[in-house]
Amino acid sequence: MKHNVYIYILVMCLTSFLLRAMPLTLIRKEIKNKYFRSFLYYVPYVTLAVMTFPAIMDASEHRIAGIASLIAGMAAAYLGAGLFPTAIICSVIIFVFELFLR
Amino acid sequence: MKTESKIPEARKWFLKGLRDGIPIAAGYFAVSFALGITARNAGLTWYQATIASLLCNASAGEYAGFEVIASHGSYITMALITAIISARYMLMSVTLSQKLSPEVNTPQRLFVGFWVTDEIFGASSTVPGKLNPHYNYGLAICSLSFWALGTCLGVVLGNILPANVVTALGVLLYGMFLAIIMPEGRKNKKVGVIIIISMAVSFAFSRLPYISDLSEGTRIIIITLLIAGAAAFIFPVEEKPESADSGGEDEI
Repeated sequence: MKHNVYIYILVMCLTSFLLRAMPLTLIRKEIKNKYFRSFLYYVPYVTLAVMTFPAIMDASEHRIAGIASLIAGMAAAYLGAGLFPTAIICSVIIFVFELFLR
Repeated sequence: MKTESKIPEARKWFLKGLRDGIPIAAGYFAVSFALGITARNAGLTWYQATIASLLCNASAGEYAGFEVIASHGSYITMALITAIISARYMLMSVTLSQKLSPEVNTPQRLFVGFWVTDEIFGASSTVPGKLNPHYNYGLAICSLSFWALGTCLGVVLGNILPANVVTALGVLLYGMFLAIIMPEGRKNKKVGVIIIISMAVSFAFSRLPYISDLSEGTRIIIITLLIAGAAAFIFPVEEKPESADSGGEDEI
């Protein structure tokens, strides 16, 4: 069966748009439930931590490079480096490690 | 008087969004370049891939989508895979619904929803108190234009950039994630512990038999529900977190 690329793209974008837009448009009231509020408070930290590790370690062929980048990034962010400096530190560290491990 | 101060407020947030979007844009550019290579291998032209990136704004989702196109899967497969991989955005959307003031109207909410990505969600969840939708517009317009541009160039230029440069650029995104979560982890030790546990569980899930066969998106959803759910019961937040925190987060 022959499929049309544009229909594929349409299906892909409609599905992801519906998922992202429905809660935002349908939930208007403030949720009062303490546990649900707490849950939502913790969501970003868990999600972002999960997306960072082990992905950062697997980003390079050399695990050590990824681990070094992770540790440097965590330390920098903990000490208060902002969004951009932390990102640059992670990037430079993995690049330098890869050069030496080659 | 309230309406008078609203316009500059919107403008201020929009400009802040554009500025904070720069590191996101750099990371997106690298990741989407790699994505463009996938699209090219799936047989998409540069304009088809660019349209897909402009409309979908999803890294893992688009990657999987291009794989479906490459393997001539059915439209239903496409919808299901997109839904599974992008389900975490639904969770983020629920969270953001609580950050917006009830006055924010439906078209504005649709735009915020259209542009929910991991990074934009992360950046907008650091805003103390209520979220101004214009901040999201600024973030999205700055970063997602580079997302589309990177996808386009990935198709056109293919494998010109050396692999180590692509790796280094891709890691920018992880650095940003760390910069978003670590300050709160320092301020609130419970969050710090939760970050470490989340990383450990994520590592285990990526290596264990059977579980590691699940798609990355599915693993993210499962771990988020488990850990954030458990944390909410073990350490319920007594005060509204944003009003309690609003003092110390101006450094960003």
